[in-house]
Amino acid sequence: MTAEQDLDSFRAEVRGWLSANCPPEMREPIRSESDVCWGGRNAVFTSPAQKQWLDAMTSRGWTVPDWPKAYGGGGLSPAETKILRQEMAALGCRSPLNSFGISMLGPALLKFGTEEQKLEYLPPIARGEIRWCQGYSEPNAGSDLASLATRAEDRGDHFIVNGQKVWTSYADKADWIFCLVRTSTESKQGGISFVLFDMESSGVSTKPILLISGYSPFCETFFDDVSVPKANVVGEINRGWDVAKYLLGHEREMISGMGLGGERKALGAGVGPIDDPLLRAEIAEFDVDSLAFTAMSEHFIDQLKAGEAHPAMPSMMKYAGTELNKRRHELIMAAGGSDALEWDSERSKGGKAPRDWLRTKANSIEGGTSEIQLNIVAKHILRLPGA
Amino acid sequence: MTILTDEQKQLNEMAKGFLAGEGTVAKQLRHWRDIGCKDGFGHDLWKQFGELGLAGIAVPEAQGGLGLGAVETALVLEEVGRNLTPSPFLTTAVAAVRALDGSALAERWFPGIAAGDTVAALAVDEGRHHAPAATALAAKRSGNGFTLSGAKQFVVHGASADLILVAARTAGAPGETDGITLFAVEKDAEGLAVDNVALADASKAARLRFDDVQVDADAVIGEVDGGWAPLSRALSAGRAGAAAELVGVAAGAADMTNDYLKQRKQFGRLIGEFQALQHRAAHLFSEIEIARAAAWKAAELLDKGDERAELMVSVAKAKAGRAAKLSAQEGVQMHGGIGMTDEHDIGFYMKREAVLGALFGDERFHANRVAQLSGY
Ligand SMILES: Cc1cc2nc3c(=O)[nH]c(=O)nc-3n(C[C@H](O)[C@H](O)[C@H](O)COP(=O)(O)OP(=O)(O)OC[C@H]3O[C@@H](n4cnc5c(N)ncnc54)[C@H](O)[C@@H]3O)c2cc1C
Repeated sequence: MTAEQDLDSFRAEVRGWLSANCPPEMREPIRSESDVCWGGRNAVFTSPAQKQWLDAMTSRGWTVPDWPKAYGGGGLSPAETKILRQEMAALGCRSPLNSFGISMLGPALLKFGTEEQKLEYLPPIARGEIRWCQGYSEPNAGSDLASLATRAEDRGDHFIVNGQKVWTSYADKADWIFCLVRTSTESKQGGISFVLFDMESSGVSTKPILLISGYSPFCETFFDDVSVPKANVVGEINRGWDVAKYLLGHEREMISGMGLGGERKALGAGVGPIDDPLLRAEIAEFDVDSLAFTAMSEHFIDQLKAGEAHPAMPSMMKYAGTELNKRRHELIMAAGGSDALEWDSERSKGGKAPRDWLRTKANSIEGGTSEIQLNIVAKHILRLPGA
Repeated sequence: MTILTDEQKQLNEMAKGFLAGEGTVAKQLRHWRDIGCKDGFGHDLWKQFGELGLAGIAVPEAQGGLGLGAVETALVLEEVGRNLTPSPFLTTAVAAVRALDGSALAERWFPGIAAGDTVAALAVDEGRHHAPAATALAAKRSGNGFTLSGAKQFVVHGASADLILVAARTAGAPGETDGITLFAVEKDAEGLAVDNVALADASKAARLRFDDVQVDADAVIGEVDGGWAPLSRALSAGRAGAAAELVGVAAGAADMTNDYLKQRKQFGRLIGEFQALQHRAAHLFSEIEIARAAAWKAAELLDKGDERAELMVSVAKAKAGRAAKLSAQEGVQMHGGIGMTDEHDIGFYMKREAVLGALFGDERFHANRVAQLSGY
């Protein structure tokens, strides 16, 4: 068989398997945050179908199709992974698992982790057994992340960690944290280490902060003499910034996917009859941008897989995708009129439209602000001076 | 869009080298403008397109061409755009070839086109905005053929063309796509009055007047009343091609601007150090990359005969038009006063973008088409 025939039969097999194993409820579009499956030690499934779907995908390693089988992945080639993605999209399958472990920590461990760390952490991530949170930002270290101050003191085989993180999404629901700590004050970027620890460790506490959307709380996270074994350092001590930056690239890639708004169709096709000609024109203009960005996303993924992507391209994608997603929700609000302003009613599905709209305003802040992404493009791609 | 194949990369390199060498603003656009050339482009260069095989890029191999598709055409057009190279490549090698392909007239015209001898033009628009379905120019049966009467405008290279493809109405009413017939009219046809007009970018487009112009029945491309099909093929290829050329215009202006940001000093600093300018340059980069991805995707879908091709062609034309407009305007602004001088090349990008942006439908036409094709 030729490679192409192989892929054709793989596609047929995938299609058959998905239609047999993806429950009908899991082919409906996501309606609210609670439809999202996050897994974790104390995972709460909103329906038996949600669990069944996660189990089915886990059994094939398809929550992380392109990771090696030894680490709980599906061992698929880039071409096969693409086919799986396309077939899931064609059937409307929901993502079986949303996870910072998959989209952020996993890639960093694959690149920087020791074999022991990979075997210990990756399979539970693939199976959705441990829910992770990201401890990067601090009250005085946001955009200027490298100025972080959380201290980790060397105590031989372990560190004692003290300090405060902020904006930690889902810290109160997470099992473990991947965290940046200062192990040396000699240089700003050179004294940072990347550590992993259990959120149940003694001395860890969290305090939720409510978002303007009224949901999706993120937290202030406090560390008070938390003991972290040195074996939990990923990469070299004091060289955590390399790991952190690599992970941020993946975070940006993930966030840029929001530009697609979960759909690859024209927005105008979905919002119903548009009798206002000015609104129709604005939506048509948006659809030009959005369909063009969809083409860019596909191209970017192909470039990544072929190893031809510039390392700073995730910044461009994150910038463009998030600005687009904000515009999408502005237009959904405009098209919805007063219906879209209802906050709590059943008719409005608990105010899905305005809450989603408000939530998108964070897209150009989280994972590095739009301004920071533009700085990165100016410096690393355009090579403008002094940037 | 996938990653380019080795052959495509080679073609790209070849086009880059050729156009950055022979197709520069100084050697072509500025030169022909300054001497007041009636064609607005150089026939020697068009001949070179022929010698390199580029003029016959879309002509089938069996008929002496390279037999390549829209993706390859896009790679060449991006370089044409980057250098603002004036030539009949888009109208002739791309649009006209697609219209003629498979028709009885192909044999008559392909050899001259592939050699870079023949120039072809597309006469579609009758009003000041692109509206092919609105075609009203009348073609009445007479004797063995038809007589054409009416007017066309914005016929790019119309005065230099050996062959003019004319959309005419043989049935139905303006606004309908049925009843349009596409004719191949040769230059010097009796009753054809040509008003050669210089456009803002120093290219030439004609206003044509047809006063009972007699053509034979075999001048019909495709079917009588069924000209929408070959016309659509030509327009799709032309629009996708114009999108790629606009990406080149956008990228060329942005490159020129970024270079300037790295040289020009004010307040004791390079102006490229100012974040207000950096962010605009980075935004521009993002818009151009996205426009290119859209143009490539449109070309790829056209080559595959995919049903989503038309939607993507309109996305690409609208997006690339906007990217080029932004790039040219930001380019002039960030160059400051020197950007307003004729001596500097950056202004040429703005003029070219305006003409190419309007050709075969401007960004509003195509955004509207995106809405229609998406069902709203
Ligand atoms: C919904 C949400 C979820 C998040 N989740 C997490 C998480 O899980 N874990 C985590 O660690 N963090 C998380 N964050 C934090 C996020 O990464 C920071 O908010 C972000 O990096 C910006 O930092 P800041 O809020 O301190 O703003 P600041 O850095 O104070 O920025 C304020 C403004 O100044 C601008 N600015 C700053 N520096 C520059 C510069 N050099 N050039 C131009 N403009 C500049 C910024 O763009 C911004 O507009 C989350 C944030 C949000 C909104």
